[in-house]
Amino acid sequence: MTEKILATHSCERHVKPGQLIMAKVDFCMGNDVTAALAIKEFRKIGVERVFDPERIALVASHYVPNKDVGAAEQAKVMRQFAIEQGIKHYYEVGRGGIEHVLLPDNGLILPGMVYVGADSHTCTAGALSCFATGIGSTDLAAVMALGEIWLRVPATMKLVYYGKLNEWVMGKDIILATIGRIGVNGALYKAMEFTGPVIEQLPMSDRFTITNMVVEAGAKNGIMPFDEVTQDYLMKVAPCSQDRWEVYLPDEDAQYTEVIDFDCSQLEPLVAYPYLPSNVRTISEAVKDKISIDQVFIGSCTNGRIEDLRIAAKVIRGRKVHPNVRMIVIPATHRVWQMALAEGLLEIFAEAGAVVAAETCGPCLGGYMGVLASGERCISTSNRNFIGRMGHPQSEVFLSNPAIAAASAILGRIAHPDEL
Amino acid sequence: MSRGAQTMGTKLRGRVHKFGDHIDTDAIIPARYLVTTDESELAKHCMEPIDPSFPSRVARGDILVAGENFGCGSSREHAPLAIKGTGISCIIAKSFARIFYRNAINIGLPILECASAAEEAEDGDLIECDLESGVILNLTKGTQHQAEPFPEFMRQIIESGGLINFVRRRLEERKSR
Repeated sequence: MTEKILATHSCERHVKPGQLIMAKVDFCMGNDVTAALAIKEFRKIGVERVFDPERIALVASHYVPNKDVGAAEQAKVMRQFAIEQGIKHYYEVGRGGIEHVLLPDNGLILPGMVYVGADSHTCTAGALSCFATGIGSTDLAAVMALGEIWLRVPATMKLVYYGKLNEWVMGKDIILATIGRIGVNGALYKAMEFTGPVIEQLPMSDRFTITNMVVEAGAKNGIMPFDEVTQDYLMKVAPCSQDRWEVYLPDEDAQYTEVIDFDCSQLEPLVAYPYLPSNVRTISEAVKDKISIDQVFIGSCTNGRIEDLRIAAKVIRGRKVHPNVRMIVIPATHRVWQMALAEGLLEIFAEAGAVVAAETCGPCLGGYMGVLASGERCISTSNRNFIGRMGHPQSEVFLSNPAIAAASAILGRIAHPDEL
Repeated sequence: MSRGAQTMGTKLRGRVHKFGDHIDTDAIIPARYLVTTDESELAKHCMEPIDPSFPSRVARGDILVAGENFGCGSSREHAPLAIKGTGISCIIAKSFARIFYRNAINIGLPILECASAAEEAEDGDLIECDLESGVILNLTKGTQHQAEPFPEFMRQIIESGGLINFVRRRLEERKSR
């Protein structure tokens, strides 16, 4: 699938893994951290205008509302550039959110596209059956000038999921199980193609969670075949856009570097221990380890969607956050925030003693809104648990799905919702 | 355009600073410092979570050597910029995470993929690399290694002095078409 998309976007009839191509870009994106640097590089090229102001999104997501003067200056650089260039999809504070939830939900990313973004989690959008990958800032500067990008065509590995999911098992557990099996460089430079009956049954929210974390296995992109679930989602977020979709399905004789089967029927919720997303244990093991926690974070481009907040609220409803725990809930986008408000979810969190913040990447990358002190532990629904990821180098981050994180907030230790 | 300096056809020589596997971009430059794009400013915090005295130990021209999957994690180009800002002239690793690899090529920071050289090198070894041939000499140990050669296309970017110059050339080609 990936090879087919890249072939139609280059001047080649067929492309082979390893081949270097210049590919046409359908859509590109930068955020307040990466766009500032991209704009600085764009100026050096000496070109006046971007290739197409309708095919670029600039999203204030990481350090907004501005965390300090430096962040404010960077956000200003992006804002002024957006005005100067007439960037159609510029998202200001209060109208946007985290790009990887925002842009698909606004119907901007469609099947068959080549979509590149100056943020590693751009791969999230691959759940919509497009080629989506993260790039650097100079890359983005080049794309904004040329409308093209140099790419090495990735080889593809196929991952097939069978079985019936147990209660409380989510997309997060599927991708953690996968990274736990293949390792943090198990898919280095490759495309990960997700298929099988389990994937077919998953709603888009869980699918996005899975493709979101392919970069944590070193992959270039993650991709899922187009099906009815994809179609229903697109009808909602991008009505009347069918003429702009291009559906590519895997060939019968498609070449894969490997095919890995997963039996999901025994899968239980998982927890990734510090300091790598591949350092995965089952929730049963984690419960036995009696891991006390100081902070819980529910949000991020991995698990900050409305479906994630609903699950967390279901666990939290009528209960109180443990006295030793700070619980931080951050809806991924402004629209998710509004939906959570309308559905009464924000009230459930507030009543429980959690703080609900405005949409931002914030604490996931130790930016602000929940930075950890030395020796502190956080269970987080985000995607990385590297040394110092959320704050002090001697703090620890455990990754889980929102149900586990919510149950842990109540009990003050890593816990299963069935313990409540 | 001084950016990206001359990287091909140049021999680099420096002392080794050795790191392990899976050195991620949060270790290379923590996100809280991503409020500037200035490489010397970023360099002050390079490797802070895992080796806080690293920037002060680097002499201009030194070589960073690492294991598997160097630069995994975020797309932040601030990571190779921070390393460049410390004075490191080249990175040798067993393998690189893909966005870091792109970013290094694009900003003109020389990188070489060579498992045997990376495996063998120790802190303080004196290494000389020939970026054109990919030959790496460990002068302390008296050994020679061969790095993966760059594909032609990437050599064009490197020889242009980074992606920005490459893009300029491509835009000129379009105009003259």
